[in-house]
Amino acid sequence: MTELALSLWSWFPGWSQIALLNLGKIVLIIAPLLLAVAYLTFAERKVIGYIQVRIGPNRVGPRGWLQPIADGVKLLLKEVIVPTNANKFLFVSAPVLTFVPAIVAWAVIPFTDTIWLTDIDAGLLFILALTSMGVYGVIVAGWASNSKYAFLGAMRSAAQIVAYEIAMGFALVGVLMAAGSLNLREIVHAQAGGLHHWYFLWLFPLFLVYFISGIAETNRAPFDVAEGESEIVAGFHVEYSGMAFAIFFLAEYANMILISALTAVMFLGGWLSPLDGLLSPGVLAIPVLGGLLGGGIHWLLAKITFLLFCFVWFRATFPRYRYDQIMRLGWKVFIPVTLVWIAVIGAAKFLTPWGFPPLH
Amino acid sequence: MEFKQFVFYFFATVLVFAAAMVITVRNPVKAALFLVLAFFSAAGVWLLLQAEFLAITLVLVYVGAVMVLFLFVVMMLDINLVRLREGFGEYLPIGGLVAVLLVLEMAIVLASGQFGPERMPEPAALPADYSNTRALGRQIYTVYAYPFEIAALILLVAIVAAITLTLRRRKDTKYQDPGKQIRVNRNERVRLVKMRAEKKT
Repeated sequence: MTELALSLWSWFPGWSQIALLNLGKIVLIIAPLLLAVAYLTFAERKVIGYIQVRIGPNRVGPRGWLQPIADGVKLLLKEVIVPTNANKFLFVSAPVLTFVPAIVAWAVIPFTDTIWLTDIDAGLLFILALTSMGVYGVIVAGWASNSKYAFLGAMRSAAQIVAYEIAMGFALVGVLMAAGSLNLREIVHAQAGGLHHWYFLWLFPLFLVYFISGIAETNRAPFDVAEGESEIVAGFHVEYSGMAFAIFFLAEYANMILISALTAVMFLGGWLSPLDGLLSPGVLAIPVLGGLLGGGIHWLLAKITFLLFCFVWFRATFPRYRYDQIMRLGWKVFIPVTLVWIAVIGAAKFLTPWGFPPLH
Repeated sequence: MEFKQFVFYFFATVLVFAAAMVITVRNPVKAALFLVLAFFSAAGVWLLLQAEFLAITLVLVYVGAVMVLFLFVVMMLDINLVRLREGFGEYLPIGGLVAVLLVLEMAIVLASGQFGPERMPEPAALPADYSNTRALGRQIYTVYAYPFEIAALILLVAIVAAITLTLRRRKDTKYQDPGKQIRVNRNERVRLVKMRAEKKT
């Protein structure tokens, strides 16, 4: 059987083998990602339910576990309405424009030291460029809808994302200065050696700025002025229905997972175990326990899950920011904080004998 | 045709098409969106030249920030297309003259034989671990440190000038001081008034 498969495989020409292999890897990343997106919506409703002393969805399937599938089928069967005088091409392509960058960015994320799709040198820049492109979907949707509410949402989102993009970029400059590399895999390697080597300690202000900017960038509560149900109905996607709306919805959750994964990789040590470097090789050789305590993809997934829980937690806890307060936080608090910390890193790295982080 | 060549022609075609659409399309928002497409295709061509840092920075700065602000402004403008096209005939001779001159100048320079492919041999292939970003950073912050700092200073002056030109404080606007709001205590806001209980008469 294996021989047959191998002979079939060698029958393909060389270039198509590479293409097929990569296609297989992409499917292996995207399929679990989409499943995670679906169940994140379920998890959010459940967690917020329990925070608000409710039960949340519990009717479809055992304990409500089939709820996201029922939601998906419902949205799939609904009609996609295009408003009169709307620009049809832009109206339809806007949801795709928000969804695609959130998926493409996974191309450079290292899952473990050996599992990744691409290992490019400018990974951090690539991520920054892609996350800054997500705003186009929102702006185009707001403009193409030919609706005042949608337009207001798009304008709010554009101003907000430009403000937080800069703080986010500066936070990543701090990471790149500390790690000395733009390659995400090397950034994780630079944090090796246990919990106290992770950058969330050494770059604590930047960690906070990055994560909060990430929440703002994904238009999540308390920064959800682009949607603002109580102010401008649903903001940029007020005119969307059916599957077009569903794609906006999925894009928001895919972006949340992406921001969590990036925060985990850049500040929480990626796939590294918190006990890394503290355990003796004897402990790591124990069959199951050693594998669990040593580094691996399960640590990355655990960190992502924790950060996603924070996203949901914040949404259930904080009231929405007023618009001028968002602007003030972005321009007058986050950007100065990141600039000061970058100067601190630079001074520590080149003027002190210990370098930065001062551990080695 | 080699795959790389195919990619180049694909990006180049899209780039030329998008650039042509920027100036011919009537709606300014669509023109701005075509400009985004043009930047994106240009980034693709730069990637083929192994200039990955410049390509990604082009997307990051122009697509991610500059064009967003541009769209922001263009979308808010209420442009009357009929009025805009009124003076088209008057400007056509001057505009056409400038265009012809530009094309002529470019033709003279490019046909002079200074830029032929035989004058510019293909650069040697770079080693696999060559990092564009690192090389560029080393050049900018060591060899060209002073020109870079001067450029940064000029930009800073431009920022300050832009802000001072637009900054005007209106007297009737109410400003908030968040620090003051946080420092406030109960005695400043609430006054406890002692009142005698009223008696029924």
